[in-house]
Amino acid sequence: MSKQRIVVVGNGMVGHHFIDQLTNNHSDQFQVVTFAEEKQLAYDRVMLTSYFSGNDLSLTTPEAYDEKGVEYHINEKVTGINRQEKTIVTESGKEVAYDKLVLSTGSIPFVPPVPGKEQEDIHVYRTIDDLDDIAFSAKSSKVGVVIGGGLLGLEAANAIKQLGLETHVVEFAPRLMAVQLDQEGGDLLRNKISELGVTVHTEKNTQEIVQGENCRYRMNFADGTFLETDVIVFSAGIRPQDHLARVSDLSLGERGGIAIDDHCVTSDPDIYAIGECALWDNKIFGLIAPGYAMAKVAVSHLTSQEKSEAKTFKGADMSTKLKLLGVDVASIGDAHAQTPDAQCFSFVDSAAGIYKKVVVSSDGKKLLGAVLVGETSDYGQWLQLVVNDMALTRPAEYLLLPELDDEGASESGVDALPCSAQICSCYDVTKETISKAVADGAHDIAALKSCTQAGTGCGGCVPLLTQIQNSELAKLGVSIDDSLCRHFAYSRSELFDIIRVKNIRTFDALIAECGSGDGCEVCKPAAASMFASLWNEHVLDEELVSLQDTNDNFLANMQKDGTYSIVPRVPGGEITPEQLIAIGEIAKEYKLYTKITGGQRIDLFGAQLAQLPVIWKKMVDVGLETGHAYGKSLRTVKSCVGSTWCRYGVQDSAAMAILVEQRYRGVRSPHKVKMAVSGCARECAEAQSKDFGVIATDKGWNLYVGGNGGMRPRHADLFASDLDDATLIRYIDIIFMFYVRTAQRLQRTSVWLENLEGGLAYLQDVVINDKLSINDELLLQMEHLVDTYQCEWKATLDDPQKLKRFNHFINSDKLDDNVIFTTVRDQIQPASKAEEAELV
Amino acid sequence: MTTETTALSDGDMSGKDWVAICQLSDIAKNTGVCADFNGEQVAIFHLFSKTLGEQSEVKAVGNYDPFGKANVLSRGLITEKEKNYHIASPLLKQEFCLATGQCLQDESVVIPTYNARVKDNMVELCAKTAATAVEV
Ligand SMILES: Cc1cc2nc3c(=O)[nH]c(=O)nc-3n(C[C@H](O)[C@H](O)[C@H](O)COP(=O)(O)OP(=O)(O)OC[C@H]3O[C@@H](n4cnc5c(N)ncnc54)[C@H](O)[C@@H]3O)c2cc1C
Ligand code: FES
Repeated sequence: MSKQRIVVVGNGMVGHHFIDQLTNNHSDQFQVVTFAEEKQLAYDRVMLTSYFSGNDLSLTTPEAYDEKGVEYHINEKVTGINRQEKTIVTESGKEVAYDKLVLSTGSIPFVPPVPGKEQEDIHVYRTIDDLDDIAFSAKSSKVGVVIGGGLLGLEAANAIKQLGLETHVVEFAPRLMAVQLDQEGGDLLRNKISELGVTVHTEKNTQEIVQGENCRYRMNFADGTFLETDVIVFSAGIRPQDHLARVSDLSLGERGGIAIDDHCVTSDPDIYAIGECALWDNKIFGLIAPGYAMAKVAVSHLTSQEKSEAKTFKGADMSTKLKLLGVDVASIGDAHAQTPDAQCFSFVDSAAGIYKKVVVSSDGKKLLGAVLVGETSDYGQWLQLVVNDMALTRPAEYLLLPELDDEGASESGVDALPCSAQICSCYDVTKETISKAVADGAHDIAALKSCTQAGTGCGGCVPLLTQIQNSELAKLGVSIDDSLCRHFAYSRSELFDIIRVKNIRTFDALIAECGSGDGCEVCKPAAASMFASLWNEHVLDEELVSLQDTNDNFLANMQKDGTYSIVPRVPGGEITPEQLIAIGEIAKEYKLYTKITGGQRIDLFGAQLAQLPVIWKKMVDVGLETGHAYGKSLRTVKSCVGSTWCRYGVQDSAAMAILVEQRYRGVRSPHKVKMAVSGCARECAEAQSKDFGVIATDKGWNLYVGGNGGMRPRHADLFASDLDDATLIRYIDIIFMFYVRTAQRLQRTSVWLENLEGGLAYLQDVVINDKLSINDELLLQMEHLVDTYQCEWKATLDDPQKLKRFNHFINSDKLDDNVIFTTVRDQIQPASKAEEAELV
Repeated sequence: MTTETTALSDGDMSGKDWVAICQLSDIAKNTGVCADFNGEQVAIFHLFSKTLGEQSEVKAVGNYDPFGKANVLSRGLITEKEKNYHIASPLLKQEFCLATGQCLQDESVVIPTYNARVKDNMVELCAKTAATAVEV
């Protein structure tokens, strides 16, 4: 059977999701062709604003499509459909036949017909192109105005603010986020946003945009007032992009939108419409979760033999939880109490900036809706109550004042959820799926995320996910045992505090204080690492040497044949020709295999134990120091040359990288730590794949945390923007020490951050606002480590007692005769067993 | 270090020749060294802990790691599980019992063990006790 050809018009978030779902499971039956009006394949529009922080938003790549056999045409708008012939035609005149057509053309921003709206520095806020245009305008501007104080308008205001402009929001309605919030919630949000330096103007009806006196434009309002500005961004709502459907006579809604049935089929049985362009039950769904749900329904219909058995779209909950300009806002269900006889209860704490309102059924038994501003931790729980139509177990006012409630109520809340409850709406993951994943061994959040996808979209469901996981673990009888090993009934972070508070410096003392037995491969290196992180004594000191893991044990990385590799530190990757020659000479003299590492330094392989001291003596003599490649500690700080040489560089990234590397060199941590500094947004140093990434901006530095390359890649999260040098270092100091103090053994920062309750926002609160009042202590601790730094190799060379161990035999000067090399590409390599037999 | 040292593996070896290897103080507590014992590589470990009554004990096994196929066991980490002492290979971390040579992760693998003792502060080795090295 030949493949059916599916043509997907619009490669936005939903179109891409459709393609992804179809090709992942049914690639052999379909040939997929997609057309994208934009210059690139699908990207994460929800995260659009983070584009200015240099985030890569791509949801896919040309390579990924190639691999799946998806044919794609970017920058190619579809202009017509010939339904009789079953073909589409594009702007450039391409004609392509389809068996089934999928319209996922999204929305277009609505721009009200204000005279003067068509000018150079007046934009909308929907695509990456729009953002590029806004950024370009901002370069020659001081003031920016967003017209529209809804969800997207506030997003746009955030972007304008990030670009450094004086920011205003102009809203026609009497409050912000009129769709989601009531007056009181809107007022509170307005106060909070004003505090952040964004001026809010409500009840302003823009009549015309004319030339300004002090700024480029003047906006004249109906009430006779005016506002001057250099840039304007319209964010006055969206309209479904239904042009193609309109010109080809598909059924539309009265106010636009392509009408679909429960299978997402339009009035033409061979054409589907999904996402924001589709109209179901006379409703448009301007959120990503319903769009994804439609994509799944369409795939199911397309691939089901029995169409009656295919999934159906049953509408979607329009509840939302967002962080707008740093303020948490959520709205659930019937937030405006439109249900007849509904009752409302609210709670306002103006000082703390918290507003909560619940809408309850007339008999007080069911939660119908809610509004939350300033604090949204109840969102997940309440949403479930509404979505699953669950009966309240006690009077509704208890919802607002959980402190009055007795403990454990929220846990029982999770247990009361039906199995079918959808916990993650982004990826349509039910409670049942989560429970099953936990039973199958996903015992931490990171594992749960990777096997169910739950929590990897907007992240709003993570708190609930955690609760369900804990409750399931408890039911399974898995006490969440995080004791380090059989010798210590404490977690690493608990042990860390014990060691710190009781000033414990030896393993024997630690066992005596809180352990039993004589230790093992888990607790000994962990203790060694904690001692080093706190006291910074030489790892080969008499009391510490027996605790060290393989590489720390001889301050070098052991290779498969028992020989070692040697890595001198090259801060920031900057090296003088003299040092380069010296390394070359040493490598030549000892016939070492030489390789450039990914961290911009040089690795010399094939040294026997007994050779390490002589080789290091030569290194130290020419001014090189240990690179700590063997330690769970800072490895390298990768950098690009930055503004000193590069035409694009905006800051001196090499100098910053050297400063950072020299500050944190040798600091032992739960796992290795990598850093990088890029001199501009082009990101040549790949900082976003590092534990700590620093990217230059024209105002300072953006700091990213929690990135990872390797087996489980993760993009780092933007922690803070436009920092000056001192603040940057201060933040890294605190985050680094907080990680050292609280992480599990061998936990990289990426997993640590993912498992940190409250995530990035919590970390920001700890570091920026000193939420736990521990920053002074953490800073002191880091200062101590910086002050007590020593080159471990230099210190070893000065200590005959330590040097004694660097011999293969204790009673002979012979080398290990089982180390045998062959030559490959002019350098040594460990011989294979067969080669060894020949060579011996 | 205590002057009164015992050598638990001193067993019934009185008829055999003991070979002096090094001073006990040459082996840091709870670490190992490798000895050239008549051409064989032997890993010798110096155990010392409260559990062992704060008395030094020495244990000896072959230095060859049959999994990693390299002479590295003397550079491993000593582990204790229910009062049994093992050496964890520095390469792939398999553990071998210091008393019997038995591998903890793979029943079929046993490495050679040697008699070792401390006499007048000297560490001494005697013949292999079990020669059941198994190739993996
Ligand atoms: C700034 C911002 C923040 C948002 N935040 C959230 C949020 O927090 N939570 C949430 O749930 N939702 C949010 N949304 C909404 C969410 O992004 C949309 O619901 C989602 O992108 C809709 O996906 P779609 O595929 O239907 O449309 P789109 O992603 O807009 O994709 C449609 C694509 O089709 C292309 N196209 C249109 N016509 C043609 C044609 N004739 N030929 C070829 N290509 C065509 C368009 O160029 C576009 O690329 C946000 C949106 C924005 C703009
Ligand atoms: S609901 Fe968005 S990630 Fe789960």
